[in-house]
Amino acid sequence: MQKDSLFNYLLRQGDNSLILGQRIAEWCGHGPVLEEDIALTNTALDYIGQATLWLEYAAKVEGSVKDADHLAFLRDVFDFKNCIITETPNGDYAYTIARQFIYSAYQVELLNVLLNSSDEQIKGIAAKSIKEARYHLKHSRDWVLRMGDGTEESHNRIQKALHDIWAYTGELFEDDDVEIELHAAGIIPLNQSLYANWIEVVKDTLEEATLELPASEYMQSGGRTGKHSEHLGHILSEMQFLQRAYPGSKW
Amino acid sequence: MSKNTWPLWEVFIRSKQGLSHKHVGSLHAADATMAIENARDVYTRRMEGVSIWVVPSEAITASSPDEKELLYDPANDKVYRHPTFYEIPPEVGHM
Repeated sequence: MQKDSLFNYLLRQGDNSLILGQRIAEWCGHGPVLEEDIALTNTALDYIGQATLWLEYAAKVEGSVKDADHLAFLRDVFDFKNCIITETPNGDYAYTIARQFIYSAYQVELLNVLLNSSDEQIKGIAAKSIKEARYHLKHSRDWVLRMGDGTEESHNRIQKALHDIWAYTGELFEDDDVEIELHAAGIIPLNQSLYANWIEVVKDTLEEATLELPASEYMQSGGRTGKHSEHLGHILSEMQFLQRAYPGSKW
Repeated sequence: MSKNTWPLWEVFIRSKQGLSHKHVGSLHAADATMAIENARDVYTRRMEGVSIWVVPSEAITASSPDEKELLYDPANDKVYRHPTFYEIPPEVGHM
């Protein structure tokens, strides 16, 4: 039924933004320099804002869920539908930047198509979010270039980061019944259709940064259906603590 | 990459209503591109501006505070430099 698919898809989008935002927010106060600290915190807040839009719409579509907060703070690990790449630990700054670049390049391609969605609400969310995503891509791409084409140390670190994160890129371009049904209704693109442009952006950037494209090997999968790494539970325990300990509290 | 090796930049922002760029502060960045991005992130978070200029701090030559008297005091008694002695016809309205 299309309503179930739409609800699921909205969760997938909202959870990607929510979990990545929560992850990046961990850098707040710990950034390598003041300027980057603020840049990352801005990015984290962009994602929380996007998550709010997606999850509010999800709650509306589902009907019986109270609101976005309910979805964010009262679901357990298996009910989260984010891709695993968004929950990976921040690692060093190179890893955070590599993840940001890989994900932003994907998100820009996705939102680009969602701008023409037949669903007005999704269209609106895409129009607002794509400006943020384009900046995230610009910012992280610049840093990939700086690190890749920088010192031996920075080059090695960003190369290792890309290698480590590569196994999480496959999942981004998977589709299941949810995407297939909504795609048929003209609401969304298939994720696999975004790959060609994405890999182009990644290849160009890595080449300019004197970095090697990691070889495709085993790919992780399962986040979109609730099968997560051991890291998501830890994120939730911190993010949801207040609502779990003091249900319904506001501040 | 130590922060000590990044030069200082002065940041100028033009607000939506503003006609000119105004100095808002300074920041560290490795080059001009990074300085613009950092300025965007540090100084335009609350919709302060629609245009950014960055200038290497070392490119700015400042007047010396020690020369305050000889530079500025002579203007003190030159009230005639303010165009306040003209009679403006009422048709002109507010200027």
